[in-house]
Amino acid sequence: MPIDRNGKDKEKFQQLQAVIDDKKGMPGALMPIMQNAQEIFGYLPIEVQQFIADELNITLSEVYGVATFYAQFVLEPQGEHVIGVCLGTACYVKGSQAVLDKLSEILHCPVGKTTEDGKFTLNATRCLGACGLAPVMMIGDEVYGRLKPDEVEGILAKY
Amino acid sequence: MDMVNLTIDGVQVQAPAGSTVLEAARLAGIHIPTLCYLKDVNQIGACRMCVVDTGARALSAACVMPVSEGMKVRTNTAAVREARKVNLELILSAHDRKCLTCVRNKNCELQTLAENLGVRDIPFEGAVNSYEPDLSSPSIERDASKCIQCRRCVATCHNVQGVGVIGQVNRGFNTIIAPAFGKGIGEVACINCGQCVMACPVGALREKDSTKEVFDALNDPEKVVIVQPAPAVRVALGEEFGMPMGTRVTGKMAAALRRMGFDKVFDTNFGADLTIMEEGYELIHRIQEGGVLPMITSCSPGWIKFIEHNFPEFLPNLSSCKSPHQMLGAIIKSYYAKTAGIDPKKIFNVSVMPCIAKKFESKREEMEVNGVRDVDAVITTRELARMIKECGIDFVNLPDESFDDVLGDSTGAGAIFGATGGVMEAALRTVADVLEGKDLQDIDYTAVRGIEGVKEATVTIAGKEIKVAVAHGTGNARKLMERVKNGEADYTFIEVMGCPGGCVTGGGQPIVSAQKRMECDPRQVRAKAIYEEDKDMPIRKSHQNPSIQKLYKEYLGEPNSHLAHELLHTHYTDRSSVR
Repeated sequence: MPIDRNGKDKEKFQQLQAVIDDKKGMPGALMPIMQNAQEIFGYLPIEVQQFIADELNITLSEVYGVATFYAQFVLEPQGEHVIGVCLGTACYVKGSQAVLDKLSEILHCPVGKTTEDGKFTLNATRCLGACGLAPVMMIGDEVYGRLKPDEVEGILAKY
Repeated sequence: MDMVNLTIDGVQVQAPAGSTVLEAARLAGIHIPTLCYLKDVNQIGACRMCVVDTGARALSAACVMPVSEGMKVRTNTAAVREARKVNLELILSAHDRKCLTCVRNKNCELQTLAENLGVRDIPFEGAVNSYEPDLSSPSIERDASKCIQCRRCVATCHNVQGVGVIGQVNRGFNTIIAPAFGKGIGEVACINCGQCVMACPVGALREKDSTKEVFDALNDPEKVVIVQPAPAVRVALGEEFGMPMGTRVTGKMAAALRRMGFDKVFDTNFGADLTIMEEGYELIHRIQEGGVLPMITSCSPGWIKFIEHNFPEFLPNLSSCKSPHQMLGAIIKSYYAKTAGIDPKKIFNVSVMPCIAKKFESKREEMEVNGVRDVDAVITTRELARMIKECGIDFVNLPDESFDDVLGDSTGAGAIFGATGGVMEAALRTVADVLEGKDLQDIDYTAVRGIEGVKEATVTIAGKEIKVAVAHGTGNARKLMERVKNGEADYTFIEVMGCPGGCVTGGGQPIVSAQKRMECDPRQVRAKAIYEEDKDMPIRKSHQNPSIQKLYKEYLGEPNSHLAHELLHTHYTDRSSVR
């Protein structure tokens, strides 16, 4: 659904405005503002990036440069639940690629994309810092460790 | 000024405190190679081509390393040479190396570095940049496959021009320089000034080539192909043939155009004189009849697009005059076609411009009269040079020839349009004479000359003080317009040129390497030649041009007449919704 600044998304822009008013002027304000914007909107569409650029009196290309530099920022709407499968060295050695492949197969969803029903976004991530539990995945803030590919179907059923 | 003593390659050097090792080395006559460095524009130490040994554990980038007392720098050790070479080989390994067919062949800083650093082999294999070129603009082509990510274009677009429509996108090997959200350069608020092209060390940014259209027209026996070169072309074209910067080649250029097969060689300087008549009288009317002031010049199509995107509230302040080459185009297809008995539809007008925004301008829908386009093709100074070479013309040894009669006759006032402040000065020469009713002798308005970003002057004409301002480069123009907007300045007349320096350093001019830009300022060297052109002209005021007088007497009636409005004036578009 397209962003509508004066309609359904009016409140979100008001929230973002408050964030910007609070942080504007402090050094390095752009990143935290973008992080907040992503929490508010779920992603950073052009309308939101342009809004931030206008408010901070910088160009859209600067905001977009930061948005595309850091993996944490996303430009498209994310699923209700974001799955991150760790492909860091330890997890990879312990077979996380097979876990990722299984998820992709069950969800009918390529890596980096969102399922058609908008329920899950499937991402491959770098090290999640839980190597002791390798292979690891996260769904939202929940961590699942020592995974085997045939366990994932049951986990997904909880969502 | 505090001076610092240091040693570079055993040579004692005194350099101003705060200067860089690169600058200090130049004082000692030592050449350090650079790639991402562009004087006063981009100093970021990114490409590591200028690394030197300062005795520190790691090599330092000379372009950002400040000098310090007692510093010992070595620029020519085996380790330094090897580091530079490996860096360059890595850059080259990902570069689309189709040099033979590249528009920057033999004028490429990367190619020159490969030669100077003795690269004979590229030992690294791996992915090569490969992107579809961006052909969305009528003025600029972007080819990310050739981009080496030096950021010189980004710094120019953001910091010099205040436009900022390109930036780095993505990360690591996938980084490209592009507009946001995958848009084409023709789909964003790019003003087509081409200063990014002037900053690009390689062929990643270039003008949209129109030479084929022009050759096709010249080969068509049905077409009457008429050419007009802009004032700034004649003081720069020679550089493309190895002549020193600032060489005036007006006569050789006319001769070359004739040998290329153009049926008539007219002169945009005549169009400039005509612009002064129309714009000068427009200013007089606005002053006398309480019109919208300050009036702002409209010759620079980069500036026009900038104001349309960024300051739409000032569109009524813009002079309604078309730019000189569009005016002359319209006159060629009306007055000249009529007097010569030629069907205007058979005429193909070619403008040779120091500018790539003129390509966009000539395609604006307003730029036609009764369905006949004013100008059919615009080529830059660089494209003309390429065509002359392709035609096998020995440019340097050509005799001097002159322009064709009537529409090739011009004055010193027309000549100075090529430098910042020139349109202002030319207009003042005519406006002062008209308002005072005499032939004034003191016509050098030096306060509006030179390369200061914003120039101001107060001139007294017929007992009335007129405040004027001149800005060049849209970054400077933005600052000036903000002041006008905030009511901090009350000018009557403002000249703005989109490019820093004005047309002499427009986006279509010969590209000057970063090395050369450390040695001299092309804005000053070429402008000096422009003012020499002016001095050498027997007539230096537009309204005294006998051919201009003839045009008004025989055809247009008087300045700002109904017919003049139909042919020579235009209107503007609010583009503020495009960002």
